[in-house]
Amino acid sequence: MTDQATQNQTVNYTAMQINQEVKRTLRKERINAAIRYGVLLLTGLIMLYPLAWMVSAAFKPNYEIFTSMSLIPKEFSWDGFINGWKTGTEYTFARFFLNTFAYVIPKVILTVISSTIVAFGFARFDIPFKKFWFTTLIATILLPQSVLLIPQYLMFREMGMLDSYMPLYLPMAFATQGFFVFMLIQFLRGLPTDMEEAAMIDGCNSFQLLWYIVVPILKPAIISVALFQFMWSVNDFLGPLIYISSVEKYPIALALKLSIDVTEGAQWNEILAMASIAIVPSIVVFLIAQNYFIEGVTAGGVKG
Amino acid sequence: MANVTLEKVTKVYSNGFEAVHGIDLEIKDGEFMVMVGPSGCAKSTTLRMLAGLESISGGKIHIGQTPVNNLAPKDRGIAMVFQNYALYPHMTVRENLGFGLKLARLDKATIDQYVNEAAELLEITPLLDRLPRQLSGGQAQRVAVGRAIVKKPSVFLFDEPLSNLDAKLRASMRVRISDLHKRLKDSNQSATTVYVTHDQTEAMTMGDRICVMKDGHIMQVDTPANLYKSPANLFVAGFIGAPEMNFIDANLIKTDDGLVQVSFAGQTISIEQKKAEKINAAHHESVIFGIRPEFIHLATDESPKDQVVTGKVVRLENMGSEFYVYLMLGDKQFCARIPAAVVEEQLSQSLDSDVSFYFDTSHCHIFNQETEENISL
Ligand SMILES: Nc1ncnc2c1ncn2[C@@H]1O[C@H](COP(=O)(O)OP(=O)(O)OP(=O)(O)O)[C@@H](O)[C@H]1O
Ligand SMILES: [Mg+2]
Repeated sequence: MTDQATQNQTVNYTAMQINQEVKRTLRKERINAAIRYGVLLLTGLIMLYPLAWMVSAAFKPNYEIFTSMSLIPKEFSWDGFINGWKTGTEYTFARFFLNTFAYVIPKVILTVISSTIVAFGFARFDIPFKKFWFTTLIATILLPQSVLLIPQYLMFREMGMLDSYMPLYLPMAFATQGFFVFMLIQFLRGLPTDMEEAAMIDGCNSFQLLWYIVVPILKPAIISVALFQFMWSVNDFLGPLIYISSVEKYPIALALKLSIDVTEGAQWNEILAMASIAIVPSIVVFLIAQNYFIEGVTAGGVKG
Repeated sequence: MANVTLEKVTKVYSNGFEAVHGIDLEIKDGEFMVMVGPSGCAKSTTLRMLAGLESISGGKIHIGQTPVNNLAPKDRGIAMVFQNYALYPHMTVRENLGFGLKLARLDKATIDQYVNEAAELLEITPLLDRLPRQLSGGQAQRVAVGRAIVKKPSVFLFDEPLSNLDAKLRASMRVRISDLHKRLKDSNQSATTVYVTHDQTEAMTMGDRICVMKDGHIMQVDTPANLYKSPANLFVAGFIGAPEMNFIDANLIKTDDGLVQVSFAGQTISIEQKKAEKINAAHHESVIFGIRPEFIHLATDESPKDQVVTGKVVRLENMGSEFYVYLMLGDKQFCARIPAAVVEEQLSQSLDSDVSFYFDTSHCHIFNQETEENISL
């Protein structure tokens, strides 16, 4: 009888202890999570502040922009957008949008095609002096872009391509973006070759192999390449600045600069309104391709 | 008609490693040839040379009457099944099966017909619209086999197709592939098959003939029964059969009255007369004596006295219907397969004590110590 009672007591006692311990752990975890998310939230807000400020400033009248830090406009107005869209030139901003796509789209397409072909060659074929070529490829990644500006400018001048979009996208047809080629090569190296061998036995020649087997499997990586190239090209300022001289061919990046150049006080609300619009394509494209993009950057391989 | 002939075929890899050393092999039309050997003996290399996935460094390969050394894989009339299936991950099962036919520009109706036929044969019809990642290992394996069949190739190549499956599935796939081969052969379709495996059971049960390889050399090519009964050398004798044949260094003695004896571990036994006549060795020659576990019995009163050996029983392994009985002779451990009833009746108390065993020497093998050739065939 007594024995039983003591035993029961011990059981109760341990149960209570366990209960307390569980509670303590849970509380600790909750505090940890709170701290973690607090820090993340704060960092996120700090990082997003300039962007939010830009968008909100676009709705403020010009005089309010530099007088208050607040994100909420005191005097809400669409003037920035309406006037900004008209621009100070004879063209509307739509023109500059179209101009941008006129070279960004061929650039992306050419980059994807040429980089994929070259990466496939490097990863799967025995080429004489392959090591040497590969080193050269890596070297071009390390070479600073600005070193190439003058020789490239002279070259395109000789070819009579100045003030056209050709200098901006034509080089991409020759897999000049070493980084993308390298990225695709690494991705391909991680893939087992069985499927390609099976396809060869099934009757594929090298191009069919590339088209029917390699490209579909490589899709996430290829989409990442396209996305990177798209975002970088839309943001590119130096390239258009050097090669494009007539205003009718200006892309967004130069058009924004154009409005800052005016002598009497720049219309900041217009500039910021157009800048806000200018980032929309990048965001839209990113959202569409998001799933593939993340897969391509992180996974680096596909399960067979 | 598609026999396959390898003549002095050599493979040297680009790093200078010679993987295959001039092998000759003749695979008859419709034959199921199994290639076995330990890991790294160049089975895959040989198969891949046949498929055209690996260049041929020396020698000639013919498929049918055609020399194929410089033919692309797709022009060799072969189909191959890979170890990890190698299904195209972005195509449905149906597209996987039909891909080769599509490349061959067959019209859609014919492709559908062939694909459906193959799917029915392999019982994968309900899976036709799935993607490979939605299949289990066994199903994926059947799809891989199906992809080979639809093309109606003249030669089938398999590279360890069952090694990723669990034991039970492997057994059923083994039967399925054998049946398939028989069915193709009976319906007069081309069915020549080269099947690479390192699994003895697969080799013994599936092969019309088995080619045993070691380090890029062919050790012996023969039917499963002959390989088991008359291994040409020490390697084949040791490789085929489980548990493995027992070997021991021995001294061969030819007595004045025409008897042939071997002595090892301080004991001498006679070789049975018919076997003795075949042995091609000199008096006092050092040889290797080999005997399979099932030819070691418990000695009875009827056992010929000159074939009885005494050894200490060190371990008993219960296999259900029989026991593996391990006995020590000198410093060598021998394995004997003895029916469970006999063991329970006579050996249950004998652990660590000396017991007499009858070595049935009419089934023994004598190997030359230098060349490791079987000199008792
Ligand atoms: N690309 C290569 N370059 C150099 N040596 C290679 C290459 N591929 C294989 N080898 C070597 O050739 C030999 C035979 O390889 P192989 O793959 O044919 O063996 P295997 O018999 O198929 O073995 P397993 O049973 O493990 O599959 C091995 O020693 C291997 O190291
Ligand atoms: Mg292998």
